[in-house]
Amino acid sequence: METIGLNHFLVVSAILFSLGIYSVVTRKNAIMVLMGIELILNSANINFVAFSKYGNYGLGGQVTALFVIILAAAEAAIALAIVLNLYKTFTHINIDEIDELNS
Amino acid sequence: MNLYDIIFYLFAAITIVSAFIVVNAKNIVYAAFSLLFTFFGVSGLYVLLGADFIAIVQVMVYIGGILVLLLFGVMLTHKITSVDIKAGSVQTIPAVIIIGIFAALLIGLMYSTHWAVNPAEIPVTTTKSLGKTLVTEYVLIFELLGILLLVAMIGAATIARRDGDK
Repeated sequence: METIGLNHFLVVSAILFSLGIYSVVTRKNAIMVLMGIELILNSANINFVAFSKYGNYGLGGQVTALFVIILAAAEAAIALAIVLNLYKTFTHINIDEIDELNS
Repeated sequence: MNLYDIIFYLFAAITIVSAFIVVNAKNIVYAAFSLLFTFFGVSGLYVLLGADFIAIVQVMVYIGGILVLLLFGVMLTHKITSVDIKAGSVQTIPAVIIIGIFAALLIGLMYSTHWAVNPAEIPVTTTKSLGKTLVTEYVLIFELLGILLLVAMIGAATIARRDGDK
């Protein structure tokens, strides 16, 4: 068994990314879609930090990962406000049934 | 196989298994709780990569902030009386096929690419140098993100109480 290198982290992040895409594509509930987006952002972050260590680029990758975490927090807050509004308008948040702009 | 490898496989297993549960759980609350373990596993991977500050921020922001926000979302958008905290999936079989192909392509690409690996000596504690980098090299992005967070906060509050035209 080879020692842990860059590829191992990249594979974990690729699996996490695929699972996130799967959740975004197939789930009906808007909050489950949000969880999928969080998985995707986490997988991108693993890549940033892994390349920052194995590519010898200094701390740039870690700073970028920090910025991604901040953006994820802002995105979650806005998205949940939108989801609450959807619930007020439609009384459910199944995004496969929400198909009209003006209700 | 030394200790580093064992810990890596442990955290990778926690991350991937709990992400599978997130994706497949029928109950949203179960999915949210296993998302907690996914975030925890990812933070362990950050520690293995020598990013101690990012790992702590991950635990604080994701587990302490975003996950609680998601749970609030679940609780506020379901009637507690009707036990309907379920979430179905649509068109799983085509999605599994396409995403399986996609993941295989991605992993194959990663193995076939020759990365210019040049491992750096990351200092034992990165907090001090991260802070220095943040206020010298990345100071513009840092300030812009501060403004973005303010705008996002005001925007979220405004959107969430849209009918409050009093």
